[in-house]
Parts: sequence; structure tokens; C-alpha cells
Amino acid sequence: MSKFKINRRTLLKGSAALGVGLATPTIFSSKAWAAGYTNEPKGSTVTFGFNVPQTGAYADEGADELRAYELAVEHINGGGDGGMLNTFSSKELKGNGINGKKVVFVTGDTQTKSDAARASAKRMIEKDGAIMITGGSSSGVAIAVQGLCQDAGVIFMAGLTHSNDTTGKDKRANGFRHFFNTEMTGAALGPVLKNAFGADRTAYHLTADYTWGWSQEGSIKKYTEQIGWKTAAAVRTPLGAGDFSQYITPVLNSGADVLVLNHYGRDMVNSLTQAVQFGLRDKQVNGKDFAIVVPLYSRLMAQGAGENVKGIFGSTNWHWSLQDEGSKAFVKSFGQKYGFPPSQAAHTTYCQALLYADACQRAGTFMPSGVGAALEGFKFDGLGNGPTEYRAEDHQCFKDVLVVKGKENPTSKYDVLEVVEVTPRSQVEYPASLLGGELGPYNNGSA
Amino acid sequence: MKLLAMSRNDILLFVGFVIFTLAGPIILEPFGAGYPDLLQKFAIFGIFALGFNILFGLTGYLSFGHAAFLGAGSYTAVWTFKLFSMNPIPAIILSTLIGGIFAAAIGFISLRRTGIYFSILTLAFAQMSYNLAYSVLTPITNGETGLQLAQSDPRVLDVALGRDYGAVLPSSDFFGLEMTGYPGFYFCAIFLIICFFIKIRIFRSPFGLMLRAVKSNQNRLNYTGVNSRPYDLSAFIISGMYAGLAGGLLAVTDPLAGAERMQWTASGEVVLMTILGGAGTLIGPVIGAGAIKYFENIFSAFNDTILMNAFSFLPEVLQSAAVSVTSLFVGEGWHLTLGALFMLIVIFLPGGLMEGFKRISAMIKKRMNGGSDGSASSNPTTSA
Amino acid sequence: MDAIFLQVLNGLDKGGAYALIALGLTLIFGTLGVVNFAHGALFMLGAFVAVAFKSILSLEQVTIDPTRMTAWGTPMEIRQPFVEVWFGDLGATVLEYSVPFAILAAIPTMLFIGLVMERGLIQFFYKRPHADQILVTFGLAIVVQEIIKSIFGANPIPQPAPEIAKGMIDFGVALGFDAGNVVYPAWRLIYFLFSLSVIAVVFAFLQFTTFGMVVRAGMADRETVGLLGIDIDRRFTIVFGIAALVAGLAGLMYTPILSPDYHMGMDFLVLSFVVVVVGGMGSLSGAVLAGFLLGILQSFASMNEVKAIFPGIDQIIIYLIAVVVLLVRPRGLMGRKGVMEH
Repeated sequence: MSKFKINRRTLLKGSAALGVGLATPTIFSSKAWAAGYTNEPKGSTVTFGFNVPQTGAYADEGADELRAYELAVEHINGGGDGGMLNTFSSKELKGNGINGKKVVFVTGDTQTKSDAARASAKRMIEKDGAIMITGGSSSGVAIAVQGLCQDAGVIFMAGLTHSNDTTGKDKRANGFRHFFNTEMTGAALGPVLKNAFGADRTAYHLTADYTWGWSQEGSIKKYTEQIGWKTAAAVRTPLGAGDFSQYITPVLNSGADVLVLNHYGRDMVNSLTQAVQFGLRDKQVNGKDFAIVVPLYSRLMAQGAGENVKGIFGSTNWHWSLQDEGSKAFVKSFGQKYGFPPSQAAHTTYCQALLYADACQRAGTFMPSGVGAALEGFKFDGLGNGPTEYRAEDHQCFKDVLVVKGKENPTSKYDVLEVVEVTPRSQVEYPASLLGGELGPYNNGSA
Repeated sequence: MKLLAMSRNDILLFVGFVIFTLAGPIILEPFGAGYPDLLQKFAIFGIFALGFNILFGLTGYLSFGHAAFLGAGSYTAVWTFKLFSMNPIPAIILSTLIGGIFAAAIGFISLRRTGIYFSILTLAFAQMSYNLAYSVLTPITNGETGLQLAQSDPRVLDVALGRDYGAVLPSSDFFGLEMTGYPGFYFCAIFLIICFFIKIRIFRSPFGLMLRAVKSNQNRLNYTGVNSRPYDLSAFIISGMYAGLAGGLLAVTDPLAGAERMQWTASGEVVLMTILGGAGTLIGPVIGAGAIKYFENIFSAFNDTILMNAFSFLPEVLQSAAVSVTSLFVGEGWHLTLGALFMLIVIFLPGGLMEGFKRISAMIKKRMNGGSDGSASSNPTTSA
Repeated sequence: MDAIFLQVLNGLDKGGAYALIALGLTLIFGTLGVVNFAHGALFMLGAFVAVAFKSILSLEQVTIDPTRMTAWGTPMEIRQPFVEVWFGDLGATVLEYSVPFAILAAIPTMLFIGLVMERGLIQFFYKRPHADQILVTFGLAIVVQEIIKSIFGANPIPQPAPEIAKGMIDFGVALGFDAGNVVYPAWRLIYFLFSLSVIAVVFAFLQFTTFGMVVRAGMADRETVGLLGIDIDRRFTIVFGIAALVAGLAGLMYTPILSPDYHMGMDFLVLSFVVVVVGGMGSLSGAVLAGFLLGILQSFASMNEVKAIFPGIDQIIIYLIAVVVLLVRPRGLMGRKGVMEH
């Protein structure tokens, strides 16, 4: 029984010895055992790990994230026009890398599958010596990779992930999220929907049948019922159903006058296209115009729904038509490099790379606990969302939320959304205890 | 000793396999595959494919639902960690067991049909498991996010033995030896070797012969008064146990279980691994599994920057041309390479990669004027 | 009552697509004995014929307007499709009707793709084990979809129906329902009728032509037909072309319902196999029957009333039916003994 009371250090020694006995002397030189913390950079460079979907339904979003990362690395290393580094309120980054080290990067394919994403992140940590992992385009993957990074002792800067759980139930000390969540979407959309459609409405939800969908359905229900709406039904639809007609026809005669589509990606494109096809956008119910709401918009995906998005409300983390200095600088350097405007996925990942770099510079180290301390409670501005704070309690960014609407007269194929309202941060803030979960301590990895 | 009952070739094959497996980290290092996570995946999916081949290679029954057993094994292992102990042994035992039980239930029904009807039945069961695990069964499976450990898990055995993990999330350890990194790989490698040994025994046993008879002509077998069903079902259950073990090991080296492990694409993957390596051969499936995992992890990682460096010896115009052509096949285009590889192998090497190795070694032998030593052909260390 | 009627319509519509894909798939099984895992890719290619057709039509004249700037500070480009520049309103009309017009392009394209596939690849796999056929066609499907992805990207591309077919048709009144209660999108009705006519044409072709007679004879007993001195292989090549065409047309006409993306073929692949097997391998009428049956049952299983009793039933209904049918009827609804049982 005394076996179980060995402390960590002797444990490691024991396992190392056993490993040597079993195998090869290379274990001695393995990075994991030698450094002060996982993948401590010893040379003149520091390696970032960009883990984005390159195959599967979100491949285009992943490609856009990768473009933004490359741009961010260029700017951190002093290349290009500096982008948002010029508008960022923190002036620690001088365009000569981080802590005197030049930033290099490795990439991997998450395939939007938890297993593949973790395997890819592990490769970057174990083989390529990545000091941090960032990226992703779904909450399942974000939570899976965040857990991995916690175990491995590296920082995870989440990409596009909207579920409450990422910084709620499943939050981890080593994980940080810039993107907003369903709770904020609900809080921002509620009042706008009341203004647009009145307080006497009955909503019908179609919800993707997995955790993110439920999270969003819950938030939207909560805030629409606060403004006096009723909920006629909330129907779960299988992921990737393709044809949603069998879920849409019951809406027609249900007496509901608002359809809420808690779908993302292809599901959103298909369900929205088909809802419009069934005449829901032009329908009259109870003497009121029927309305469709898509709580989480992605401009990239909205293009797939074409003209069906016209006039349909939703929320988004950021949009390229914003006119603040930060957004303008980012759109300019991204547009000049690639010839089209960046998506919200590109924006959030660019910000995450910059925020991480800046935190390392301010902390003077890459050690996760040091970097984390520099990010916790960090207040900044000039990254396109107005004054923003990385809340210490749950590692969630708090900033203004954009309520958008499908544009009636788009001037180009990128110009599909227009910003209806910028909901101020104070209105979407909630206590950290609301969503539960435990951050736990930082993990600096193998010493 | 049982070992002595093996033929000389089998012993050589087995010894070569053991050496290759244990020396994997050194041998695979030059290929960029010598890091723990990928090595673990090689071993685990090797076990998965070995088990699949016991069913497919011997009986010819093509199951499209084996991922369900792998997924069930993973969920079992994570639940064992959560409820009982972080020690991998109970998790491994239970996941193998559950894999077997699950396989017995599905196999019992599916084996009433043959051919493609059997394939679709197994596919249907696996897809039902996947869809339900992703949505309705979320309380058990944690749905999209996947089942993870939590600090607040009961772990009754660990608690009873006075083990306290403190504030950090526990990771599984074998009496103090953490199951990550190289120790994790060797833990899996030992199971791979055991599984390989069992498979050789099965292939060479009367039971194996009976299974082959099922493949060549089931009707004739039935006419001779032999009921083949128990043999088929045993093979199905054994391969289900291999899959459950593989699923359990996945959770041991990385305590997370997700529904997508049960999806039809995952079932398809093990079919592809087996055929790619060489269905019905002893070692082919392991090689097939290695090849596919290698592509997935290494080819997908080449980005334009790496390519630019690789082609930096070329003049600038040629460099960018070479990069743009190559980038179609690596990085985000790695699927294309994989698809093309499937086609090329099956067109030119109907017996899978194993046939390629046999042809090469036969060629070498011919050139050396037929040396009497037969060990070269069965030595697996020629594979990468 | 009207709710059930609408679900039947939904089922028929979905079933139309299932039946068309399964029809080609089972035709290939029945004649060539090949398990074609690239059949979903053919469906996807058909949809992308519509995408390509439209993008060729809307090749744009680009003029640079130096007075206006983009948000990233380069001069704004004014784009106008050549067809509109040259033909004015007529050009705009052609663009609007691009989905139905694309059929004209799809017929030769899909036939050609089918013939090339059969001659270039499939014919070498007639005598090979099914496992090999699966591997090679699956590889082909991946290659095809990755090529499409590298050209058109991974995101769905909207293909709207013509303006005239975008509305709803209120035909419930004629059937005795209250006005406005049974309305259905025009394009979906068109799709259903389209699938019926394609099925009818294929059946008529096999039933009433000499060619069809030989093919049916070949399906029943290939060796004997070969002994009679008939070159069955050439006919089977054409059969493969027809199967590809049917799958392609099914995909093409489906684009206003489902915005096409490179992955849509894989999503339909498993489903179409289930349909074929439920119908019975190699049985054409079985495939059609199973297609509509599964479509309708899938629609019913999605109704709130049903889901309240069996939560999640709509997630698994297709597979559940497959299991039940195969246990009750060993070779599917209308399968023959000995086809694909080894």
C-alpha cells in the first residue's frame, strides 16, 4: 500500500528508470524530462502550434484561421504593416518577436474530431516542441484540446468556440477564450428582438442535438422568456440532417411566429435555406410577420445560404465592416495580403495569438503559470471589440457583442451582414459562478 | 512450452515483430514518427486491426461496425477511471470484457445474415450506437464534448487505498508509472505483442482452420454436418475483444472517450487498414494501421512554410511552382494522398502492402540466386 | 391530419432522392457485381455540374472603379456577368434558370464520367473480391471530393431555384383541407415529380428496349447470355454510365434544397447502401420502394408526437428499419437469393 504514497518526483524518477530499462537512451535527451516547464524554448525561436480544421465541413473556416495566424506571426516578428499591433493598447511587443525570440509555427489538422485534434496537438507538443496550442472551430474540439493542454502543461488559446462549457463547466486554468458564448448571445439578442418584433411572440426552436445546441437553446429561451416571449416547442434535430423539411413543416401550423435556428455551419445553411423555402420568411401568423432568428452567425457560412439570410437577425463576435481603428487596421493588412476581408474566426484567432504573445512579453517568460497570471484580469483595447477584459475567474474575454442582420442589398459577396447594434459589455456580463466548473491550478508540465 | 509448438517461420516472425515493436522509437525516429503519441496510436490501432483481421481475414465476414466495440471499450475505461481507480489494469480488463459482450450481442444477431447483408447489419448497429451516444445518451457519454475525468470523480478503489491526487486532474498510472509518453507506448506495445502472439496461435490452430473453411465454402461445411455459427460468433467476439482492448488503451494513454470513435468512418478506417496492409496476413493489418495513422499525423502537418524550406534549393519561380503542386497533396490536401494511395495499392498490389514486401523480397532472393535462408521474407523490420 | 399529410409529402420528396441514388447503385450491383463506394461522389459531382455551369455562366467582366475603395484600401472592382453584359435581361433569365438548364450539361458530363470510370477503373475489378472494390472506389471517392474541394472550397455554395419555383403551392384546398394548411414549396414538388419521371424512364428503358432486355437477362444469368454470343460487357459499360447519370441528376436537382459542398456525397453514401440493402440487392423496384419507404418513415419519426414517446428515434430510425427488415426478410424487401451473399 505504501506504493501509493510515493511523491511525484520519485515517481517520475522511477518511471524514467523503467523507461530506460525497457527502451532507449533517447529518453534522457527527450525534451520533456530536461526542461523547467514543458517545451521551454532554449534557442532563438519559440514555436506556436496552430491546430485548425483543414478537412471536413469547417475547412474553409480553418483556412481563414491559418491565414490570420500567419499574419499575426508576421506582425509579431516585425514584418508587414504591423496590423493591430499599432492599435493594441499594450505596447510591449516591439516587432522583434517575444522575449527576444523569433516566433515560428507548426500546423495540424483537427478534422473537427476530438481524437484527431488531440492527436494533432500532441504531435505539436511532443514532437515539434510547441509552447502553446491555439485554434479550432467547434466547442467539442476546443474542450477536448483544452483538457489535453492542461494535462501537458501548455497554454491553450481557444479559437472559434461558442459553447458556455468552454469557460464554464469544462474550464481549465491553462485555457483562455477570446470568443463569446451562448449566454452573451442571449443577453445581447433579447432586447434587440424585443425592439424588432415586440414582446408578444411565440418562439419555436430547432436545435442541433448536441451540447452546443442545447447550450444555445437554453440561453435564448432564458432571455426571450425574460422579455415576455413564449416558447411553443424546442425540437432537437440530428447533426448533419441535411434535409430539415420534416422538422420545418410542423412549424407551419404550430401557431408560433418566430423560428429560432440553433444550428451552426452546414446545418445552419441547410435549415435556413429550407425554412425560407417553406415560405416562413414571408408568412403571416396572428397578424404578425413571421420571423427567423439565427443566434450565432458566421459570415463565411452565411455566404452558403445566399440571399436567404436577408433580414435575419443573429449575433457575431466581430465583423469586418466595423469602423474602429483596430478593425480597420486588421481588415487592411489582411485584405491587402489575401485579397478579401477576414472572417470572425480569423479575427478571434489573430487576437488570441497577439494576446498570448503580449502576455509572454509582459511576464518575461513562457511558463504557463506566468503567462496565465499576465492574462488574468488583463484589460486591453484596440483589438476591434472595444475595451475588453480577460476575466480572472473563468479566463473568458468580456467585450461588446455585435447583433447583426442579413443585409438587404449586399454590394459584394463578402458584404452579407450589417451590424444592427453593438451591445455594450455591461449588458452581457454574468457572474462566473453562473456556469459552474473549476479552473484548478496551472500546470507547467514536466519539470 | 507452447512457443515451441510454433513453426520456425512463425517464431522468426514473432521475434522480429517483438524486436521491431520494442525498438520502434529508434527505428521510426528518422521518419518523423518517433514521438510517443503516434507510437501509441500505431500500437493501439495495430491491435484494433489485428483483431479485425481475425474476423475478416479468416472468415471473410466484412464488418462495418467494429468501431462500436472500440468506442464501448473507451467509454468503459474512462468510467472505470472515474468510478474505481486510475490504475489501467481494471480499465483494460473491463473494456475488453465489455467489448466482447457488446460484440456477442451484435454478432449474435448480425451473423444470421451473410455477405453485404451482414455488413449492413453491423453498420446499422454501430451507427445507432454513435447517433445515440452523440445525443440522447449524453448523460453517460457526455455527447459531443466526450467523456472526461474530473477532480470530483469518486474513484472508490483509489480512495480506499489512500491515494489522493490533490487539486490536479489525475492521469492514469500503472503503480506509479504514468501512462503518458514512452511508458504509455511500452504499455500498449506489450499488449500489441501479446495480441500478436495470440493471433498467430489462432491462425495456426484447428479453430483457425475451421474459420478458413467458413470463408472458402460455408455451405459445404454445413452439409458435412458442422454448424459453423459458433465458430463465426467466437471469431466475432474475439475481434470485438481486441477492439474493446484497443479502445481501453486509447483511454489509458489519453483519458477521453468521444462518440466519433463509433462513427462509420471509424469502422471504415479499420477495414481500410486491414485491406491496405493485407487482409488475411498475420502482420499486414499492423502495417496498414501504421501507414494510415502516419499519413493522418505527419502528412497533414506539412504547411507552405515547411514546403518553401524543403524546396529552397530550387530557383524562386520553380520553388513556388513546386510548393503549389506539392501543397495539393500534403497539409490540407492529405486526404487526397490517402485516397490516391488506396487506389494505387489496390490496383497494383491486390494483396496489400504485404504483397509488395513479398514481391520485393522475392526479387532480392532471385537476384541473390535463391539463397536458402527464408527468414528475409518474414522479417518485418523491412517495413516502416 | 394535415400534419401527417405534410410529413408524407416530406417523405416522398426525400424518398425521391434516396430512390434515385439507390437505383443506380443497385443497377451496378445487379449487372456488374461491383460494390461502388464512389456512388455518393457521383451524386455530389452532379450537384457540382450545376455549380460549375452557373459559375461558367456568371464569368464576370471586371471593371475597376478607381473612385471607390474597398475596406482594405484597394480600388473597388465592379463585377458583372458576361451573359448579362452581352444579352441583357435574357442573360439574367438564363442565369436564374441555371439549375434546370444545367441538366443539359449534366447529361453528357455524367455519362462521360460514368464511362471513363467504368473503362478506366471499374472493369478491372469485376473479378476481384468485394473488399478490393470497396477500397478502390472509396479511394476514388476521396480523390474526387478532394479535387472538388481544391476547386470550389469546403463551404456550401447556394444554388437557388428559379424565382417562379421559389413560392409555395396551396393545393390542400383541392383535397378538402382548409386554405393555407397544406402548402408545399414548388421546387420540392418539382423534385418529386422529376424523380418519378426519371425512375419511369429507367424502368421503361430496361423493360421495353432490346438493350434493356439483354441487360435484364445479364442480371439474371450473366454466363448464359455471354454464351449466346452477346457482348454483355459493352452493355454493362453503358449501364454504368446510366447509373452515374441518374445519381448525377438526383444531385443536380437537389441543389436548391441542399446547398452543395464537397462532402455531401459521403453523407449520402451510407444511407444509399442502407436503402439498397433494405430493398434487396440487385432489385430495382426494391430500391425504389425502400427509398420512398425510408423517406416517409424518417419523416414520421421526426414528428414531435413520436419523439415524445421514443426520444432520439429520428436519430436511428433508418438503421432500426434496416435491422428489422433484414431480420424478417433475409434478403431485404425484394432481394433475390445468392446476390452479394458471399
